[in-house]
Amino acid sequence: MSSSNINIKELAKTPPKLLPGHRHCPGCTTPIIVKLVLSIIDEPIVVVNATGCLQVGTSIFPYTSWLVPWIHNAFENAAATASGVEAAFKALKRRGAVSDDKVNVLVFGGDGGTYDIGFQSLSGMIERGHNVLYVLYDNEAYMNTGIQRSGGTPYGASTTTSPHGKLIPGKPQHKKPIADIVVAHKAPYVATATPAHWVDLINKVRKALTIEGPKFLHVLSPCPRGWRFDPSMSIEICRIAVDTCYFPLWEYERGTWRLTDRSLTIARNPTLKKPIDEFIKIQERYRHAVTEDLEIIKELQTYVDALWEDLLRRCLVRQ
Amino acid sequence: MSLSVVRALNGGEAVALAVRQCNVDVISAYPITPQTIIVERLSEYVANGETHAEYVNVESEHSALSVCMGAAAGGARTFTATSSQGLALMWELLYVTSGLRLPVVMAVVNRALSAPINIHCDHSDSMGARDSGWIQLYVENSQEAYDTIVQAYRVAEHSDIQLPVMVNLDGFHLSHTLERVNMMPDSTVSDFVGFRKHVKVKVEYLNHEVPAILDGHTPISLGIIALSDYYYEFKKMLIDAMERAKYVIKEVHDEYRRISGRGFGDGLVDLYRVDDADAALVVMGSASGTVKHVVRDLRGKGMKVGLIKLRSFRPFPYEELIKALSHVKAVGVMDRATSPGAYGAPLFNEMRNVFYDLDIKPTFINYVYGIGGRELEPTTVKQIFDDLLEAVKGVKPSTYVKYVGVRQ
Repeated sequence: MSSSNINIKELAKTPPKLLPGHRHCPGCTTPIIVKLVLSIIDEPIVVVNATGCLQVGTSIFPYTSWLVPWIHNAFENAAATASGVEAAFKALKRRGAVSDDKVNVLVFGGDGGTYDIGFQSLSGMIERGHNVLYVLYDNEAYMNTGIQRSGGTPYGASTTTSPHGKLIPGKPQHKKPIADIVVAHKAPYVATATPAHWVDLINKVRKALTIEGPKFLHVLSPCPRGWRFDPSMSIEICRIAVDTCYFPLWEYERGTWRLTDRSLTIARNPTLKKPIDEFIKIQERYRHAVTEDLEIIKELQTYVDALWEDLLRRCLVRQ
Repeated sequence: MSLSVVRALNGGEAVALAVRQCNVDVISAYPITPQTIIVERLSEYVANGETHAEYVNVESEHSALSVCMGAAAGGARTFTATSSQGLALMWELLYVTSGLRLPVVMAVVNRALSAPINIHCDHSDSMGARDSGWIQLYVENSQEAYDTIVQAYRVAEHSDIQLPVMVNLDGFHLSHTLERVNMMPDSTVSDFVGFRKHVKVKVEYLNHEVPAILDGHTPISLGIIALSDYYYEFKKMLIDAMERAKYVIKEVHDEYRRISGRGFGDGLVDLYRVDDADAALVVMGSASGTVKHVVRDLRGKGMKVGLIKLRSFRPFPYEELIKALSHVKAVGVMDRATSPGAYGAPLFNEMRNVFYDLDIKPTFINYVYGIGGRELEPTTVKQIFDDLLEAVKGVKPSTYVKYVGVRQ
């Protein structure tokens, strides 16, 4: 699709690049994100996938769901592998072995493969300036191994390795500000998105592809199993995450910060901003925060408010 | 035979020169002593436009190999180099490289593993990777390092093989020592290795054969998950490819001998005065030169001793070794690595195992030497031969595993 006006009916007609029949859980938002991202990317394309739910759920031999060239190497090296794919095209082009002028190299990595174990290789890829779009699908824990806490797990959430106990009320630390850290690398384009705000997501992917160098897209990927909510709520929960400013939508483009979509609307009309309770109360991973440890909600609210204020300052929005 | 030029090069420079001549597309490496000479020279070649290769300066050896894997999957010919801790950091990906059948070539400048940290030569780094599915070749001198890099690409990319190759050269002994190296003209090497060709695979969905690379268009999935119903078959295919590598290493070595005039035995093992020997030493790497020198001396004194230089450790040329050594009465196995808790070091274990089923077999004694760069003097080699010749006379050794030159 090349038109700037995105029409969902038109979008639905684009040939799928991730086929149905994969092994993802009902209500999983990750395949939705992948399909949305790929829907507007043309060949030549190479997808690099870090180890995780997406890789395991789509490539059980002898089957594959991928209708694009795809490689999975290991957990922590998707960014380095993508760097190699990009370098190969450059060198092969130089000696006339490929005819394509450029190739769209994409990474899909989860929060474990991005915030934690894959962070070094991501940092290296950005520092070297490879022309790669890195898409982080953030389901906020190691879901593939059974819901263990990661650097992307939010404060107070109960996971199997940060359980809510008598002494410790879930994860004691806040979420690592991964997208800000990528911005600090001076990457030319960094943005956040959710599959519920799909026009915003697609616009960001489209913009990213026009920019030379490393691009980073942080996409919230609610997980019904790990967050413990009804699978029918997956998209709704993305909306609530944005409405509460838990997960604001923004983009950073070569030094300029912008709020986008619903987050821009909220910035213009602060009465639309919902309390964090609304995000918390529909997730069983936060059940203890609603029934026992009421301080968790207060702490989260304070944290979210501070980040939102900071973001408004960066985006030069006055309230 | 083509016109070659003699240059004074150390092993690191010889490797870098060979890589420049081999039409390599992507180089990625991380500095580590004593490998660094290789990446410095390659960086200069790239900076001066003496190669079309893309050089990716990574933040770790783990990423160096990852870049090579991504690039090889994208169809490029790749090169990386490392030592010791760097190889240890790559360990996870060594298995992925061979499992994905990516023909990456890597120079390992052998160095001891920490702790205590030590920058000098032994083979504990590459021995730690012996079961990773990489072909492992060991070289004696800078000339062989140059020649083996050129051959490595033909072996790795052979349609029957498609496996990564590790070319091992001893840290400092070879990497930093100036030697005479015959280098062939660029065009001769280029003709010998060509550009990387891609094997084809049949994709059911497309119903035709396509090159097994990520070309940006063909929907190939590389790096899938295979569980208990298929994983074993993938591993068996890798084992079979490794077995086939024996004939390919020999074939490529023969062809190379024809264009260069140089060869190393049959390419797998190189024998020196073993035919009528009573006692022989099996050696890998630069110590072969020292042992050869001692053999020559002892032969002058009428002692029937010989040397088996093992060039290929993976695949392990057991048939060739049985053929070469069955008549020898005592075989000393020189290991430059240890295996704490095992009965003897890795090479000794494999050597003895190979001869187990023979009715008449040599006595095997393990000599562990050169650990952490401990010098191997010709006088020590002479003592080892004296020790072996006692066994030839029928004297039972006090122990079959001996740690040479260590203070107790």
